[in-house]
Amino acid sequence: MSIDKETARRAAHLARIAVPEEELENLAQELSGIVGFMEQLLEVDVEGIEPLTSVSPMALPRRTDAVTDGDQIKKILKNAPDSREGFFAVPKVME
Amino acid sequence: MTDLHKITIAEARTKLRKKEITSVELTESCIGAVEESKALNAYCVKTPELAREQAKKADELLSKGNAPDMCGIPLGIKDLFCTKNINSQAASKILTDFKPEYESTVTSRLWDQGAIMLGKLNMDEFAMGSSNETSVYGPAVNPWQRDGSDKKLTAGGSSGGSASAVAADLCLAATGTDTGGSIRQPAAFTGIVGVKPTYGRVSRWGIIAFASSLDQAGPMTKTVKDSAIFLNAISGHDDKDSTSAPFEVPNFEAAITGDIRGKKIGIPKEYRLDGMPDEIEKLWKNGADMLRDAGAEIVDVSLPHTKYALPAYYVLAPAEASSNLARYDGVRYGHRATLRSGEGIDEMYARTRSEGFGDEVKRRVMVGAYVLSAGFYDAYYRRAQRVRTLIKKDFDDVYSLGVDAILTPATPSAAFGLGEMKNEDPIKMYLNDVFTVTVNLAGLPGVSVPAGLSSEGLPLGLQLIGRPWEEGEMLNVASILENGAEFNLKPNKWW
Repeated sequence: MSIDKETARRAAHLARIAVPEEELENLAQELSGIVGFMEQLLEVDVEGIEPLTSVSPMALPRRTDAVTDGDQIKKILKNAPDSREGFFAVPKVME
Repeated sequence: MTDLHKITIAEARTKLRKKEITSVELTESCIGAVEESKALNAYCVKTPELAREQAKKADELLSKGNAPDMCGIPLGIKDLFCTKNINSQAASKILTDFKPEYESTVTSRLWDQGAIMLGKLNMDEFAMGSSNETSVYGPAVNPWQRDGSDKKLTAGGSSGGSASAVAADLCLAATGTDTGGSIRQPAAFTGIVGVKPTYGRVSRWGIIAFASSLDQAGPMTKTVKDSAIFLNAISGHDDKDSTSAPFEVPNFEAAITGDIRGKKIGIPKEYRLDGMPDEIEKLWKNGADMLRDAGAEIVDVSLPHTKYALPAYYVLAPAEASSNLARYDGVRYGHRATLRSGEGIDEMYARTRSEGFGDEVKRRVMVGAYVLSAGFYDAYYRRAQRVRTLIKKDFDDVYSLGVDAILTPATPSAAFGLGEMKNEDPIKMYLNDVFTVTVNLAGLPGVSVPAGLSSEGLPLGLQLIGRPWEEGEMLNVASILENGAEFNLKPNKWW
């Protein structure tokens, strides 16, 4: 399946990556090439085959649901581009 | 400057204990080599002061006796590992000046055992690439060059800086990570040993995530024995990584006995590619002969779904990457785009990521978002996961026949020139992983061992794929290839 400009625009939006209008055509072509490559998978008979989500031979371990860490506000905010009064700061969000 | 930096971990371990050298001397020699290595662009962050401080402590620990094997050994660390208060950027602009407040489990185990950090090593951005050319720092350069040429070659990727640094003796060994071949391909391109352990053997905690179901850290070293020593130092269960296996870690070094009599080595016919260079074919045959001469039984095996491994990988890895890289949004760390008037949080996300990610990362994140999106999830992502089941089953079937390890080429060619792939289709670059990617999909251990030189005088590697959790046996077989190939060559120092 080839990817058109609108689908490329949608993929860019889903990925939250700004792509200038004039580059969308080129992006669509690139993505089409990659998706075409993936389409070899359509040749495989996967009827009745379970998807593999983990190669580990064990179930994920569980632990008691208890707080094990915390009170590290300064450390957590240290690398933030903007923080105020113990919070991450972001531009105004208005819906 | 002495030549101390040229020794192996095993040699240093002996010399340190015999008091023939100190860690301070060894570290100083490495720092000197690093200083001279600008042209290789292997180190993106240098930490000589920290290294000197650690070396002093290591010497104290050594003088008390009973120091761990890695005590006093100077290492390079791939930039993908979080190192406390030291830039850890995954070679990406989006993590500019990111200084973690914590240390990855792998590196903290190394420092606890007295190992020395010389600095952070160059890599492809977020480990996405096969030539180190997607790095924000520019590519690491291979210390090897073609006979009679001074053209700069790739050190491979994504652990290109690690490979270049080990091959050029800019450290005794380095950490790498491998999602589709990122330890083994650069190791093959630079004539060193690289091990991708069984998935779950080494904790992923504190390693910047690319594709969590495939990522695994491992050693890149000058010899097979060094890889065994290094792997022992970083393996084992970690409460902070729920996928790390709660298994006892065997002594990998002790498993290298050099005795492989009666072992069954599989040669998979599907790895014989159309158009594969004769020299790769010959290298592979030589490898099989060496193992046969050492008493192993060579058997033909079939891994019928091999052809579908790369397309499955290029669905699954980008899908996981698109989720993992969602965290780079300009809020908690790294780069944030400067907003124009009237712009809000949506523009902040999209422009931050557009400015902060390089082209290959953007491409993969968008592909990942696409294959996970409504309407395509079943057709691509779900199908790729089912194909992954079949690929793993291929290996399970071969191992159930009593095969102990599988021998393949490590890469389809020797190192190529920097810039040579620039105008190629991205898929052509992806083909570098054709022999290695199956191993990640199946969660198996794999090792790349230098096994000869190409007609142009460049290193070529062979890959051994082991049974799950049998890294020791895999390294034992690898030691036969290492001895048989007598690969003790080093690149001529031009840098």
